[in-house]
Amino acid sequence: MKVSSPDFKNIASQALEDKQLQSALFHVRNNFTTKRTKARHDLPEFDALRDSARAIKDHTLAHLDFYLDHYEKKVIENGGKVHWAADAAEARGIIMDICRKTNARTVTKGKSMISEEIGLNEFLEANSIVPVETDLGEYIIQLRGENPSHIIAPAVHLNIDQVRDEFRKKHSHLSPNRPMVEPQTLLSEARQVLREKFLTADLGITGANFLVAETGSSLIVTNEGNGDLTQTLPRVHVVLASIEKIVPTLEDLAQITRVLARSATGQEMTVYSTLSTGPRRKQDVDGPEEYHVVLLDNGRSSMLGTEFAEMLRCIRCGACMNHCPVYQAVGGHAYGWVYPGPMGAVLTPSLIGVEQAGHLPNASTFCGRCEAVCPMHIPLPKMMRSWREREFEQHLEPAGHRRNLKLWAWFAKHRTLYRMVTSLAARMMAIRGGSSKRIKKLPMAEGWTKHRIMPAPEGATFMKLYKRRLRKGR
Amino acid sequence: MSSREKIMEKIKGSLRKKRTVHTSDEERRQAVLTRISEHPRGVIPASASLPKQDLLLQFSKKVQASEASFKLVKSYAKAAKEIMSYLQRHNLPPSIRMGSDYRLEKLVWEGVPPQLRYGPSDGQDLVCVSHAQGGVSETGTLVLTSGPENPTSLNFLPENHIVLLRKKDLQNSYENSWKALRAQYADEKLPRTVNMITGPSRSADIEQTLILGAHGPLRLHVIVIEGKK
Repeated sequence: MKVSSPDFKNIASQALEDKQLQSALFHVRNNFTTKRTKARHDLPEFDALRDSARAIKDHTLAHLDFYLDHYEKKVIENGGKVHWAADAAEARGIIMDICRKTNARTVTKGKSMISEEIGLNEFLEANSIVPVETDLGEYIIQLRGENPSHIIAPAVHLNIDQVRDEFRKKHSHLSPNRPMVEPQTLLSEARQVLREKFLTADLGITGANFLVAETGSSLIVTNEGNGDLTQTLPRVHVVLASIEKIVPTLEDLAQITRVLARSATGQEMTVYSTLSTGPRRKQDVDGPEEYHVVLLDNGRSSMLGTEFAEMLRCIRCGACMNHCPVYQAVGGHAYGWVYPGPMGAVLTPSLIGVEQAGHLPNASTFCGRCEAVCPMHIPLPKMMRSWREREFEQHLEPAGHRRNLKLWAWFAKHRTLYRMVTSLAARMMAIRGGSSKRIKKLPMAEGWTKHRIMPAPEGATFMKLYKRRLRKGR
Repeated sequence: MSSREKIMEKIKGSLRKKRTVHTSDEERRQAVLTRISEHPRGVIPASASLPKQDLLLQFSKKVQASEASFKLVKSYAKAAKEIMSYLQRHNLPPSIRMGSDYRLEKLVWEGVPPQLRYGPSDGQDLVCVSHAQGGVSETGTLVLTSGPENPTSLNFLPENHIVLLRKKDLQNSYENSWKALRAQYADEKLPRTVNMITGPSRSADIEQTLILGAHGPLRLHVIVIEGKK
């Protein structure tokens, strides 16, 4: 996948001007957040479960080597195969190899962010294998040649007209005059087109929401059932998962799934939660003949030893982006790679380097909502701050930043001058604010006031008020 | 060095570096084995701790909240009647696919029986009937396991999925549902697939509008059998 994170500022500016995108993002601002709040309040034990979920992941990560070892043993006992991939290229190679050995030409896919991370679709296409995304959102963006803009709602940036146009263009075997008014009609059409693909695919690739060490199972959750058709109908099932997806036992799984769907879509339980353990058994009449697991590291084992280790607790629910004022304003594409929003701002620099993704941790107001809603208690703002420090240490920030900071530091060290200048500035801003006490355009800070209104300072500066109070106190 | 060894070495190195690990490798290995063999329970919400007599009511409410329909009957004979009535209500042909579950043989059809087909679905079936292994009243979830008795494809390919469940197989929580599964599969080997199903298939990928009948069934009908027969 092409990385456009270095261009964050430009893409974000364009996003703010994009009327269609802004109307689509309305749904993120409203639906996701309202539903999560309700679900959270309907379960009094929600916070206790969050603590429990965090403890489970911390324990697992501190014993990750042994849990992976146990998990692998169980997969093999159940007749499956485990492949270890240190990086994206190795994972792609392993999957290609499985395709060759099983003579697979068409591949159906359940939604998998890891597949996006390793750029699997482009790679398969380049090797004459047809990948078909089956999650409705993923299918739509695959037709459009786009990247997902949200980790659980990949097509959230689109409206129904765009979907309709795309279906008319790409489903050219259907009558061009067919009525396509209702979303229901569009869904039925996708169901019909994809049903054919499900029934004829040679190989199915799914991600995994969790890998259970106790039983050697992978668990996926979907609302559509596409993941299940993907892992049930083809001859071969390949699970593509990163190493931190491990949980110890089924009991631990139940703790975390109780907070997952509630945090993601506000559901108590996703419609389909499915445990897959190995290939079909001797007496079985359906299910895949082969079961492969590709375990991807791609930088995670190194994160384990850093201040970003807690990011590995992430269960990809999307609550942080749904509640993020920056994500809500610019959408997911601005982030320029696979993972958007606050979790992306922390994870992306870890996986592709702070040189490329340094803008992302800077695009934060540090309001703290992401951490407040995170079911795994991941201290996202703290980690974004750490990335900012690293960026500064490595002199990666734009030249202007460092210059301005130096200027400010010099002023701050000269107290009298600093107070004179700030009180003068405050007075001028008050004048500029006029009777409305609002500043719509501020010289030297036009970028800031372009999308916001600055309240004009009222009365004296803090230091003046402080001194006045001290005098009164005497 | 293989990638497996490389990744394992890196993990061990990182854990040592961070000093997150104060214990020896042997102690850590033991901790893993202990947790897996004891599989301790965490926080069980009050809504997942109801007594046996309250489960049916909670289950029926949650099933209906998940957009599935619910019917309680006294026997398998009555369940057969309910299936026929479902077909009529939805104007469906009297043709059903199901697996070889012995409990499904207890369905006694009155009058002209429906056309019965067995084995996995080829995607052409309008109606499939399965027998669930269990149900979780906490969320109104059905637990189905793969095998010739109830092929997995029947859960996902038809437009109408009818699932039978014995009242005595209802559990209040996932934890108790795992307990039942473990008792059934004593050798620790789970069946290839365990499906936990809560309502019919749906998608909200177009403008966040919830629509039923995405890739799986458009309708899910749950029939709970109360009696012994």
